[in-house]
Amino acid sequence: MSTESSYYVPEQSKLPVLAALGMGLMAYGAGSWVQGGSALVLLAGALVMVFTLYNWFSTVIHENMAGMNSAQLKRSYVWGMSWFIFSEVMFFACFFGALFYVRVLALPWLGGEGGHAGNDLLWEGFEPAWPLMTTPDMAVNGENAQFMGPEQHMSFPGWANLLGWLPLWNTIVLLSSSVTVHIAHTALKNSNRAKFNLWLGITVLLGAIFIVLQVEEYIHAYQHMGLTLESGIYGTTFFMLTGFHGAHVTMGTIMLLIMFLRGLKGHFSPDDQFGFEAASWYWHFVDVVWVGLFIFVYVLA
Amino acid sequence: MAHGPAKGIGRWLFTTNHKDIGTMYLWFSFAMFLLGGFFAMVIRAELFQPGMQLVKPEFFNQMTTMHGLVMVFGAIMPVFVGLANWMIPMMIGAPDMALPRMNNLSFWILPFAFLMLSSTLFMDGGAPNFGWTFYAPLSTTYAPDSVNFFIFAIHIMGASSIMGSINIIATVLNLRAPGMTLMKMPMFVWTWLITAFLLIAVMPVLAGAVTMMLMDINFGTSFFNAAGGGDPVLFQHVFWFFGHPEVYIIILPAFGVISHIIPTFSRKPLFGYSSMVYATASIAFLSFIVWAHHMFLVGMPVGGQLYFMYATMLIAVPTAAKVFNWISTMFRGSLSYETPMLFAIAFVILFTIGGFTGLMLAIAPADVQYHDTYFVVAHFHYVMVAGSLFSATAAVYYWLPKWCGRMYNETMGKVQFWISFIGFNVTFFPQHFLGLAGMPRRYADYALQFSDWNMISSIGAFIYGAAQLLFLFNVVRTIRSGKPVSEPKTWEGAEGLEWTVATPAPYHTFSTAPVVK
Amino acid sequence: MSRRARMLFALMLAPAMFLATFGKALADDAQRWAVNMPKGVTPVSNAIYDIHMIIFWICVVIAVGVFGVMFYSMYAHRKSKGAVAANFHENTTAEIVWTVIPAVLLIVMAIPATSALLQVYDASEAEMDVKVTGYQWKWQYEYLGQDVSFMSELATPESEIYNTAPKSQYYVQEVSEPLVIPANTKVRFLITAKDVIHSWWLPDLGVKKDAIPGLVNETWAYVNEPGIYRGACTELCGQGHAFMPVVVNVLEKEAYNSWLAEKKEAAAAVRELSKKTFTMDELMAQGEEAYNRSCASCHQVNGQGIAGVFPSMIGGAITTGDITSHIDIVVNGKAGTAMQAFGGQLSEVDIAAIVTYERNAWGNNTGDVVQPIDILKHKQGQ
Ligand code: HEA
Ligand code: HEA
Ligand code: HEC
Ligand code: CUA
Ligand SMILES: [Cu+2]
Repeated sequence: MSTESSYYVPEQSKLPVLAALGMGLMAYGAGSWVQGGSALVLLAGALVMVFTLYNWFSTVIHENMAGMNSAQLKRSYVWGMSWFIFSEVMFFACFFGALFYVRVLALPWLGGEGGHAGNDLLWEGFEPAWPLMTTPDMAVNGENAQFMGPEQHMSFPGWANLLGWLPLWNTIVLLSSSVTVHIAHTALKNSNRAKFNLWLGITVLLGAIFIVLQVEEYIHAYQHMGLTLESGIYGTTFFMLTGFHGAHVTMGTIMLLIMFLRGLKGHFSPDDQFGFEAASWYWHFVDVVWVGLFIFVYVLA
Repeated sequence: MAHGPAKGIGRWLFTTNHKDIGTMYLWFSFAMFLLGGFFAMVIRAELFQPGMQLVKPEFFNQMTTMHGLVMVFGAIMPVFVGLANWMIPMMIGAPDMALPRMNNLSFWILPFAFLMLSSTLFMDGGAPNFGWTFYAPLSTTYAPDSVNFFIFAIHIMGASSIMGSINIIATVLNLRAPGMTLMKMPMFVWTWLITAFLLIAVMPVLAGAVTMMLMDINFGTSFFNAAGGGDPVLFQHVFWFFGHPEVYIIILPAFGVISHIIPTFSRKPLFGYSSMVYATASIAFLSFIVWAHHMFLVGMPVGGQLYFMYATMLIAVPTAAKVFNWISTMFRGSLSYETPMLFAIAFVILFTIGGFTGLMLAIAPADVQYHDTYFVVAHFHYVMVAGSLFSATAAVYYWLPKWCGRMYNETMGKVQFWISFIGFNVTFFPQHFLGLAGMPRRYADYALQFSDWNMISSIGAFIYGAAQLLFLFNVVRTIRSGKPVSEPKTWEGAEGLEWTVATPAPYHTFSTAPVVK
Repeated sequence: MSRRARMLFALMLAPAMFLATFGKALADDAQRWAVNMPKGVTPVSNAIYDIHMIIFWICVVIAVGVFGVMFYSMYAHRKSKGAVAANFHENTTAEIVWTVIPAVLLIVMAIPATSALLQVYDASEAEMDVKVTGYQWKWQYEYLGQDVSFMSELATPESEIYNTAPKSQYYVQEVSEPLVIPANTKVRFLITAKDVIHSWWLPDLGVKKDAIPGLVNETWAYVNEPGIYRGACTELCGQGHAFMPVVVNVLEKEAYNSWLAEKKEAAAAVRELSKKTFTMDELMAQGEEAYNRSCASCHQVNGQGIAGVFPSMIGGAITTGDITSHIDIVVNGKAGTAMQAFGGQLSEVDIAAIVTYERNAWGNNTGDVVQPIDILKHKQGQ
């Protein structure tokens, strides 16, 4: 409920239409690019978008520093960010749900279990398993199959090989980054700017390390494990889940990097630091998603 | 803060004013309604007689698909966002939406999205032709190239909806006037709060569905391909996890509108305010756990069927609470029948009929015969056209005097109502018969025994369409030359903050918050 | 009655008068003006019909009650008559009552619905199996264990569809060859598809099930009365969706058995024909017929296809180039596109004829002749 006696309604702004234009161009450009057209429109759209967002955020920051924002507006930002993160949760839920459905229901059915006995007529010899190394197509058509499974998978390799298992290191890196960002937050609240800068810097670094490790994992998968996006449903779910997560880590790292630079410029105060807080919530969210991934994509097989 | 609107086109392009944005939403949605209605006219004209007369079957499928998409995403959803923009700040005593710039962004995405979607009609291979439910693999492996544009159009529409909903939630939770507790909020605000929550929960899932399609089409994944270990049915689960809440996204704000209009013209408070709130919340909750009633024939295990059947049937209970509430409000009221009330009453009758057919569809064994026939088409037009659309029409008549300070022509409004009412029933009632007698939906052509009802249905559709042009005329005439009105309260029985401000509503209302007792 | 009230009354009466006027036609031609679902000829279809009617009448009763109160209020409590609004609201008893009553009614509905559903699902102990496969835009029926299989596609000619010939009685509901099953036998249908999702529906049998590529669904029927029953594909499957009817011919058991025996003989005869050598003219004639039946729905009768969707057959790299790749794409199709494998659908003779036809029609004039034996060799060579 409102407690203010007056409100700040921003003046007219050119930014929203520009952003819409940028999104429109990006959508159209992406549409033509994926079907083999040029990427020019997509790039143009992305440029418009970057330009607009840059200006948008600096406007907001300036308004805030000029003291134009009421506590109420800040609460609106908090709601806004929280619900945005909720929408991201649902986006990931969609892919986790797909993974669950495939593993628990679809594959056994394809293998003829659960009242789907007739499936032997189509996929004779197919054995459901996870990670799925032999697709139904391969079970029937062997080498001629269009959908080939992976040669190796990323799941838990046994205790003996634990230390050489990249996902474990990824987990360690990401989990500790959640701690460091929290330390930074506490430091900021206690007006300890040097400590804030240090720990936020470390967080950004950990984020970058995670991304590097992830890229490393992908390269390894493509070059040495025969594991690609096209390796049947295992490759599909593996890359889509980790890929979207990776994209979000990248986003989060960029957000934190910006907050780091702002921190260096002396932005934020012990009681007004919403930009940083929003980024750190996002970071925690990305972290939680990773834990889900680690359990359901890597460990439970 | 500027005191009046800016001049020229810049007013609309750069605005941060909730009323301007609301107005743009409303006009945009009407334009889309005409476009979607035009597609429907092509469908009905082709189905006027058996045989292919006007279009090729391939194009017919594009018309069906575009009609569904444009109506649902372009007409009905934006019309209620437009109403929300106009009314929510005024109803809760806020100066504007919580995040005015993002509000404008949410709107301006839509013209781009629909421009892109419509442009697919002119591409090689044609527009999307796989139905508004775009089941894989018809929409993936077998889709025309334009499907990529469709996918990205859905993506940005989703972004628009999510931002719009975030804005509404932040506004409602944060900008209410002092004294307006949650349980004093007007029903329209309540229904929108819950709708916004539904939107944020399911639009990302739709985005996930189209993303999976995109990957299957262009990057060789096998989400929806059994050969690779995926499953075409997975698509349907993901889609309907979005799709079923979506139909309540379409109807809940309509419930809200009706819950204002009926008390006003009955001159009596809403019978059970709190039970209405709880009913809305229950419907929203249930909407997440019933999605597979659209998939009774995909070969689920019988236990799944039973669960989804029972859960779906349960929705009748909170919906019943709503219907009974409206009727008890009318009971022993002092009723008058201005145009908004006529539409509201028609809403109650026709929505209930649509609800009954929905309940019949929920009976899994009977759905064996109903599924994918015109019986389903009749069901959802009863709830969406006579439900959502009638309610939106009622809302426009109801609040138009407040918006522009001019009164619409009552006679013309009533004429439009009666033509709509008759045209609607002539169009869609026979479709129940067609479906039961065996006519499948999405058919470009049909067997001879369906000729007569189809012809009647088409005639009804033309009548109904004509009535919409009358509506347009009446609204434009009101804005330009309607009889000026100035008392804050247009309707004798109306209650609420929006009726305490001047008529027409000033460009900025409530720059200081009113206090609600 | 005031003038307004009379007008209203007339308006409400209009539908009734409309029905009265058409009442005779209704009686004359019951099928054309059908308003309800058929009772059908199987225990399942009867059970479905019964549950449908139960729910329908419950809804009618509720509607009468609910709308009754509403119309009464509209009439008795209207302002123009001087009604003054009461001010009551919130009544917990009323709200509990109107929550409990619908809940009870729902339980009343759920009980028969559950038993009907269990019946629909009980495909156990079937006496024979038929595998039904949906293709864009035809059905394939395979009698499992009998070595009999055939395609069933629309028999209505284009001329009727495009209104250049009068429409026959079973317009778009007739097929080249109906499914044949015996009466008084529990038949299990195993339903799947090769390309997109279809749905196999026979209203009179109370059978509808999605045909999903890569999955097999089962359903069943036990038909009491011999006869011909017509149905349709009910899942949007592309441009031919309205043109892939389902027709089943239910025969008495003996008649069915002799049909099956004949069918087996005919299949053997066709296999024999593959060894024969045909003349160019014979192939062209048969090729045209078979092309129009099996290929024209996509590549069009004039061979030009549809730009951006179905390639043209005229002057193409395949249709006027290497014969082997031409045979190959027809026999094996092209995975991941609408171009299906016809090797299992058409006889060698038909395929040879079609390929010959395509290579020489519409000005392709390659002069190539392909014999059934070439097709057979191609198939075996794999
Ligand atoms: C505004 C949109 C809207 C609304 C509100 C509803 C409401 C309901 N719908 Fe509908 N539905 C659609 C839009 C909507 N639907 C659409 C678009 C489709 C098709 C999608 C596609 O395939 O393209 C569809 C399809 C659809 C199906 C799938 C059919 C099929 O494809 O085979 C089913 C099945 O269960 C169903 C059920 C219901 C039920 C039980 C309700 C309930 O909410 C209704 C509850 C209301 C009442 C019951 C009436 C009032 C109650 C009383 C007066 C009290 C007493 C009553 C009793 C005790 C019976 N709907
Ligand atoms: C809320 C959404 C909404 C609305 C408002 C409508 C409105 C209408 N719809 Fe609906 N419809 C859907 C949502 C909606 N529809 C959906 C989701 C589907 C499923 C799609 C699918 O299967 O994928 C569908 C499918 C559908 C079908 C089945 C198509 C098929 O299965 O092949 C039909 C057929 O009659 C139909 C008819 C109509 C008609 C006549 C109207 C009328 O109410 C429209 C009236 C409006 C106008 C006519 C516009 C105003 C006038 C003009 C533009 C001037 C021209 C006027 C004349 C020439 C008279 N619709
Ligand atoms: C359901 C639609 C459909 C039907 C029916 C169909 N085709 Fe095709 N056909 C296609 C599509 C789509 C392609 C393009 C495949 C691709 O992407 O290369 C194609 C490609 C071809 C090609 C290769 C053309 C080229 O130049 O690349 C030939 C030859 C062909 N079809 C012959 C036939 C014959 C012969 C029949 C009937 C026995 C037939 N088709 C039936 C859809 C169909
Ligand atoms: Cu096959 Cu529709
Ligand atoms: Cu639903």
